[in-house]
Amino acid sequence: MSNSSNIKQVAPPAGYAGEGFFATKLSEVVGLARANSMWPLPFATSCCGIEYMATMAATYDIGRFGSERMSFSPRQADMLLVMGTIAKKMAPILRQVYEQMAEPRWVIAVGACASTGGIFDTYSVLQGIDKVIPVDVYVPGCPPRPEQILDGILELQNIVKNESVRRRSSDEYKDLLNSYNIK
Amino acid sequence: MSLTNELITQVLSKYHTPNVENFHVEHDMLAFEVKKDASFEVIKFLKEDAEMDFNFLTDVCGVHYPDYDKDRQFCVVYHLHNWLENVRIRIKVFLPADKPEIESVVSLYAGANWQERETYDFYGIVFKNHPQLKRILNMDEMESFPLRKEFPLEDQGRTDKDDRFFGRTGPNC
Amino acid sequence: MSDLLLVPEKRFEKQIEETRKKDGVELSILNLGPTHPATHGIFQNILLMDGEKIIDGEGTVGYIHRAFEKIAENRPFYQVNVLTDRLNYCSSPINNTGWWMTVEKALGIEIPKRVQYMRVIIMELARIADHIICSSVMGVDTGALTGFLYVMQYREKIYEIYEEICGARLTTNMGRIGGFERDWNETVWRKIDEFLEEFPAVWTEFENMLARNRIFMDRTIGAGAIDAKKAMSYGFTGPNLRAAGVDYDIRVATPYCSYEDFEFDIPVGQNGDCYDRFCVRNAEVWESLKIIRQALDKMPEEGGFHADVPDYYLPPKEDVYNNMEALIYHFKIVMGEIPVPSTEVYHAVEGGNGELGFYLITNGSRVPYRLHFRRPCFIYYQAFNEIVKGRSLSDAIITLSSMNVIAGELDA
Repeated sequence: MSNSSNIKQVAPPAGYAGEGFFATKLSEVVGLARANSMWPLPFATSCCGIEYMATMAATYDIGRFGSERMSFSPRQADMLLVMGTIAKKMAPILRQVYEQMAEPRWVIAVGACASTGGIFDTYSVLQGIDKVIPVDVYVPGCPPRPEQILDGILELQNIVKNESVRRRSSDEYKDLLNSYNIK
Repeated sequence: MSLTNELITQVLSKYHTPNVENFHVEHDMLAFEVKKDASFEVIKFLKEDAEMDFNFLTDVCGVHYPDYDKDRQFCVVYHLHNWLENVRIRIKVFLPADKPEIESVVSLYAGANWQERETYDFYGIVFKNHPQLKRILNMDEMESFPLRKEFPLEDQGRTDKDDRFFGRTGPNC
Repeated sequence: MSDLLLVPEKRFEKQIEETRKKDGVELSILNLGPTHPATHGIFQNILLMDGEKIIDGEGTVGYIHRAFEKIAENRPFYQVNVLTDRLNYCSSPINNTGWWMTVEKALGIEIPKRVQYMRVIIMELARIADHIICSSVMGVDTGALTGFLYVMQYREKIYEIYEEICGARLTTNMGRIGGFERDWNETVWRKIDEFLEEFPAVWTEFENMLARNRIFMDRTIGAGAIDAKKAMSYGFTGPNLRAAGVDYDIRVATPYCSYEDFEFDIPVGQNGDCYDRFCVRNAEVWESLKIIRQALDKMPEEGGFHADVPDYYLPPKEDVYNNMEALIYHFKIVMGEIPVPSTEVYHAVEGGNGELGFYLITNGSRVPYRLHFRRPCFIYYQAFNEIVKGRSLSDAIITLSSMNVIAGELDA
């Protein structure tokens, strides 16, 4: 069996503990729960998708960060990982998939092509997915190493952990969605 | 008798002049031009003749030569391959700029279907009697033909890239 | 206007109306949309279904059209190499080497034997990497996830070898005109030796898990079968054609890069169905391991790592700073004043999916005048809708993954 004495445990959020109860802020508990169980929707279009397959496989295991279950249905996913070039023909479909996701939802743009169009500065390629959907984390690279993709996911986990529970109903967020014409 | 470039040249010249011309060998591959109205006939001959037997269509593509004469602006290039004798040839068919039309070879080689659609998508060359000639790689609503030399590479409406920083201030390659 | 020019949904709606009136049978349209876990890559298939059976279908591609051929008309030869990486990105070194061989053919450059053997090793490693993905993903599509996780670890070993050679894992941008950009150090040779020692046991275990597995065989035998004549007419090449029974392999038919010095067999199937494609790819991995072993044993000591072509190959930096000639060559290569003849050349290599051809027209400038990629995926994917007609939906899914359609090569 494994040596279970040196397992690193996640530190509990700041709060007041007593006999049989633990009092802390709601946003911290919600953030902790959300951050450590992000279910990804791998929207893999090209080469970055193969690096994601390597991230998903045993050597760089993304499951240990809570993303054990890949969801291909937008309704059941938390984070949309857009990996690869998005052509203009594909943009409406990306938009549809994003709109089908339920709140709270986050987007990571993996790779140079998803961030800004990458090396494909052409008439048929969308120069960055932030032209059609709001993006939370950009992971540059062509393709980014699996460690970089994991770094991006950990960065997102940090954002998720510290997000206010009121964010999705705030005016700022509504303005952001309106600027993309997303209802 | 093995199939050499000289034999192909001889046989084609015998049966198909004046439609075939300009035979030359480039990097061991025989290349020649065929007049556009005879392209289907010549390719059918090359496929079905027992001696020629070019059973495999490797590739169909288009080229745009804006600097050539008005009736030689577009070119459809066929690469055929005879597997038994292991001989490849290249057939070039020049088309005029105002009406680039050519007979489709889908009835001879089923693999030409999407390749001709791609050539139509990129250059606007119309393949007559093609079962489904519509755009394949670009968006269906696109009106222009992007691989023509006058069409620019970059999306002219993009706002986030400043051409000066990429050195794109005119022809600089 | 012919019906076939309509969007497939409209065309199928007409057919649904007709069948409803004639037979009372209600057909349905299924959108195997661009984003789907089964389509490894983005391409769409609209299927007309009678329950589970597929009556008709039409594929739409172009969802990742990045206009490689247009970009290539504006980039010098060494920058086009970056585009070739992203064609069949599971086996980038084959695309890179194919491109360099095309350019060297156009420029008339001879490559030393040692460099050719090094290129053969790297191409065969890439072929193994490509077939690992295709076979293990076929397992995933039938529900066997373990095989995928197990062999992907060895794919990481291949990536480590690429990293030592060129610095990148996936999109390698490997090689230059005339050879490689740096010599291979001892780590590379050691890692290749280790790979050749450890991988056969792993691959045997993977094959044993699936190849005689009753469930896998029932799923794949008979699905997506194509006969040899139809396959040739559709322009099939590579493992898909060899599974149909035709033993055409460019490495043997028109040997390039010293392949004639190596002894290997061409595995051939019988029915052209998914099971045959799976078995052919597995057998090809064994042949590739054989070729790499022979290349390592016969590797010449002399020859360096690049051809002696100062006109095209950048001189080492110490020479550029100390030697006038090297400085001038460096300047000319970077500014693009290299001697390029006006010529047309077509060169084909045996890629992971078949005959990957490069048709290059040069006109004296340092950018190609026209570059066309003969992409095997694009050409054989046309046949997909015909070979799944009359089969069930699950057969269509396994056929799609067995044909190894890589979206980057499909759309370019």
